[in-house]
Amino acid sequence: MSKVWKYGDDINTDMLFPGKYTYSCSTAEQILPHLLEDLDSSFAAGVRPGDFLLAGKNFGCGSSREQPALGLKAVGIEAVVAKSYARIFYRAAVNQGLLLIECPKAVEAYREGDEVRLDATAGTVSVGGQSFAFPSLPEAILAIRDAGGLLPYARAKLRNRA
Amino acid sequence: MGKTFAEKILARKSGRDALRPGEIVTVRPDRLLSHDNTAAIVAKIAADLVEFGPARKDMHVVVLDHVVPAASEKDAENHKAIRRYVQRYGVEHFFDVGTGICHQVMVEKGLALPGDLILGSDSHTCMYGALGAFATGIDRTEAAALILTGETWLKVPESIRIDLSGSLSPGVTAKDLILSIIGRLGADGANYQCVEFHGAAGLSIDERLTVANMGIEMGAKAAAFEVDARTVEYLESIGVRRDGYEPVWADADAEYSRRLDFDLSTLGPVVAKPHTVDNVVSVEEVEGTPVDQCVLGTCTNGRASDFELAASILRGRQIASGTRLLLLPASREVLRRAIASGAIDALLAAGGTLLPTGCGPCLGAHQGVLAAGERCLSTSNRNFRGRMGCAKAEIFLASPATVAASAIHGRISDPRKNLPSPFGRGAGGEGRGKRG
Ligand code: SF4
Repeated sequence: MSKVWKYGDDINTDMLFPGKYTYSCSTAEQILPHLLEDLDSSFAAGVRPGDFLLAGKNFGCGSSREQPALGLKAVGIEAVVAKSYARIFYRAAVNQGLLLIECPKAVEAYREGDEVRLDATAGTVSVGGQSFAFPSLPEAILAIRDAGGLLPYARAKLRNRA
Repeated sequence: MGKTFAEKILARKSGRDALRPGEIVTVRPDRLLSHDNTAAIVAKIAADLVEFGPARKDMHVVVLDHVVPAASEKDAENHKAIRRYVQRYGVEHFFDVGTGICHQVMVEKGLALPGDLILGSDSHTCMYGALGAFATGIDRTEAAALILTGETWLKVPESIRIDLSGSLSPGVTAKDLILSIIGRLGADGANYQCVEFHGAAGLSIDERLTVANMGIEMGAKAAAFEVDARTVEYLESIGVRRDGYEPVWADADAEYSRRLDFDLSTLGPVVAKPHTVDNVVSVEEVEGTPVDQCVLGTCTNGRASDFELAASILRGRQIASGTRLLLLPASREVLRRAIASGAIDALLAAGGTLLPTGCGPCLGAHQGVLAAGERCLSTSNRNFRGRMGCAKAEIFLASPATVAASAIHGRISDPRKNLPSPFGRGAGGEGRGKRG
């Protein structure tokens, strides 16, 4: 069973990835040991592909640092489910191809030990057997995700132009 | 029905007629800003740059400011890689170590103008809204894609209208205003929104810059002020003529998601307690809290008027023993002005330590890093846990006046009790009157 990492409101980018590393760590390999360092020191060693991250409102607020989104994607977080997201983090996740689900009800429904499952095609996330629908993404964003992130998307566009 | 500032400016930049909130448009920004993160940005597209080249040579503005001068071999290599990129691809706007903090440099060099759309790989890019630009932060990957394509997508935001009235009392500053607003709205109170400030004619450009700088601390996508006589005069002072830009502003009957009023005359000095910016209390509530380090400066409050205000309080006095006062001018221009006005001399005489112009202690990467259990009172914009390098330290945010007064006592102090008077120390206050 995939593990669920649950945190509170206003989790900022300094908690997700300390600013002091921001110029020395930019690749996934360098980022991973420090991911969530000042929030949950057990995360970096314990996280496995397919795990979920649940959080309250305003997840990812603070700096424009992309390492949290890049790192969460690289460790294989299936999806982040939060009550709401700060906008720069939201864009960063789109750009990395990390799935963000905005679903306050799912977060509230979660009880310690509940299993979380994702059905991306149906657009639902289930928490402890209860299913919640989440809104589908706008087309402009889906196109970026389908291309595998913003850079592959931009490259394809440039090649078409040429 | 009228249009908001955001609707109008994004329509202009996307070549569309009329936009409504929620629509997604493709835009071509006037400028793209990046700083010490430039090396990491261009590393993502090294091969693409060889293949396609940058979309435009005049779009990308690169400022070295975050860890300057280099604190380690690694930082030095980082700066070197950035200089190499700038040279190789003919980046027209490059500012090396010591010019200043990127946001102040953008403003001073006339690279952020009314009616411009500016994207920056730094969250405080929202500061240029003070001059009537639509400016917002993006991440490194998006900056990389922009270098190649010159365009990106933006969602047209809803807007919040804040009406200001009255004027600030002595000892109360624009920092107290924006902290009070954030305290009321909350850290996500303006998430995805553009915040328009109306009725700001009484605020100087420096004061508007402080307010707009912190828009992101309530989640705002952008913050904006109307272009008025003060904006025009400021731009003229830096050599930008009135025919060099085309201001945009909201219609009187635009639609807002929320409206708030702030009477400036009712505000007092406030402090944001650890570890969130919206944890705002009156200075009285934390008065007497001992502080180990005071920081005066950063992109939020590092302008000449901020140093002059602090100097007016500290002139002829000494900071408390056991407290250190770090001075961090936002740019070389600011530093020169604050030297010319005598402010820097007064602050040094009082026991201050002058740091190189740049981000210094603000992001905890070098200079002024805190130790466990230490407490810092800072004029910067973030008090997150670990922000100044140590997760066991505490950061309080306040105005330059509050920081100056607190440095004297080594404890958080009410600036109103420490204002100079023309006839000696005591009541009265010239502090704010001096602000440009
Ligand atoms: S001074 Fe601080 S907030 Fe401003 S750009 Fe530098 S690190 Fe960011």
